Amino acid sequence: MTREIRTAGVVVTSAARRAAKERLGNAAVFVLLSIISVATVLPFLWTISSALKGPGQVFDYPPRWIPSPAHWENFATAWNRVPFGRFLLNSTFVACSVVFLRLLTSSLAAYAFARMRFPGRDAMFLLYLGTLMIPGQVTIIPRFILVRYLHWLDTYTAMILPGAFSAFGTFLLRQFFLTLPYELEDAARIDGCSRLGVYWHIILPLSRPALVALGIFTFEGEWNAFLWPLIVANNPMKMPVQVGLAFFRGMYSTEWEIMLAGTLIALVPTLVVFAAGQRYFTKGIALSGLGGR
Amino acid sequence: MRGGQQRRRLLRQREQFEAWLFLAPNLAGFFVFTVFAVVFSLWISLHEWDLFNPPTFVGVANFAKLLTRDANLRRALWNTVCFALGIVPLGTAVALALALLVNRAVKGVTLFRTALYIPSVSSTIAIGIVWVWLLDPQFGLVNWFLRTIGVAHPPDWLSSTLWAKPALILMDVWKSAGYYMVIFLAGLQGIPEQLYEAALIDGATPWRKFWSITLPLLSPTIFFVVVMRIIGVFNMFELPYIMTLGGPAGSTETMVFYIYKNAFEWFQMGYAAAIAWLLFLIIFAVTYVQFRYQRRWVTYD
Repeated sequence: MTREIRTAGVVVTSAARRAAKERLGNAAVFVLLSIISVATVLPFLWTISSALKGPGQVFDYPPRWIPSPAHWENFATAWNRVPFGRFLLNSTFVACSVVFLRLLTSSLAAYAFARMRFPGRDAMFLLYLGTLMIPGQVTIIPRFILVRYLHWLDTYTAMILPGAFSAFGTFLLRQFFLTLPYELEDAARIDGCSRLGVYWHIILPLSRPALVALGIFTFEGEWNAFLWPLIVANNPMKMPVQVGLAFFRGMYSTEWEIMLAGTLIALVPTLVVFAAGQRYFTKGIALSGLGGR
Repeated sequence: MRGGQQRRRLLRQREQFEAWLFLAPNLAGFFVFTVFAVVFSLWISLHEWDLFNPPTFVGVANFAKLLTRDANLRRALWNTVCFALGIVPLGTAVALALALLVNRAVKGVTLFRTALYIPSVSSTIAIGIVWVWLLDPQFGLVNWFLRTIGVAHPPDWLSSTLWAKPALILMDVWKSAGYYMVIFLAGLQGIPEQLYEAALIDGATPWRKFWSITLPLLSPTIFFVVVMRIIGVFNMFELPYIMTLGGPAGSTETMVFYIYKNAFEWFQMGYAAAIAWLLFLIIFAVTYVQFRYQRRWVTYD
């Protein structure tokens, strides 16, 4: 009897000690994470601060964190020096078109690969997989020559069309489609639903997580894309915002407050999209990043 | 009996026909922009072509040149290898450390995760510009901080051949830590809790738990991150383009940057295509070797 109690007492004190230790550890981690997080976000805060400074104030030493007065007109100046509105519209249009087309073409192909039988299917799918290895640098030169030959330079077509087909997207969606139950599809087929009907009314609605993940990553990738639009868009009116920003840097590299204001204009939409789709981002990384492991 | 067979064959033919219809839009683009492009790229690499004059066949001359007579290419390759040696181990370690920290039930952990993730959703071009300003030798925040803590002569960063590479490495680690942190977090959360409980009963120290449970069970994720990181570094272009234009004295010029210069500044399409193929072979070889030797350290249960 006494022995049991003593044992229980030992368990209790060691559990209490462990809990106390864990609280202490968590407090240390909290402090550490606070420092790291502030250090990570600091460049953004410093950019905001610098973008609001008056002419020459960015060169004050030691640096001043709170600019007074705040020069909000820097944003208007940056906005008017290059067509930032147009850049943002171009990026939005190109990114949204690519997302729509890529989701459509990839999901149609993925449906055929996952759910239909046809000769050469597996060989074709292997070919798709094989090309995933090839880096964009190998295809960028022939793509450029093709687009130039078709007189598509400085057009949205050149920016959108090559991105509209994705072997990776097809692969990702196929893997997801394979996990969906067959019973629903069979039932619908028996009731006389066409293949297209099954795809549209059953497969697509059930695949929302995969479609959203692919859509968000495609949007982010297209919005931040640089090399391809850099070589196909030379006219400022057709430039997406990243290329426009590089163009802006080339023109105004001395007035830092104006340049950083322009950079912030270009950064904000990405952060807004991130804030809106935050929970999908992390889920999407798990889904697309580790799906094939 | 016969009718049934015929009907089945008809149905199968119909399914095949429909399958091709579903595949057609993607397949058309895939063949033009990927399959044809790859073959065309090989063809281009065997020619000399400035786009203004007709291409002339030169055989393997481009490959011979890049393997034997191009010091700029050797420099670009060396720079890329330096970036890989800096970014891959450092970036992986930092991301793993962050994941271990934000995997704890700390107050405000969601906020921390978000803050750490913000750089990786921001465009490389935009934050590249921001970092040029942060790394400014006279007025940048980085050197101000270094002077404050007592470094009398902080580096000139982007205008120094010695410091430009480390500067870009640090920046890249800062930018992508959050993304790989999330991947590691997913991996950590896949480790069964019972293992840690068992270790606790055995009286294992946290350090011991990390080495004997976390690290081995996380090895597939580490492997994945390392492979992705290496491929990413070999495709590095935007950071040097926006921050240093490959300078100073070509010390941050990467392979992709050199391809870009050859193709779109000097219009040497054939030579650029040949370098692209060399890059592909390098990436392929490195990835192959990693997959080959993963069994030595990656454990799948």
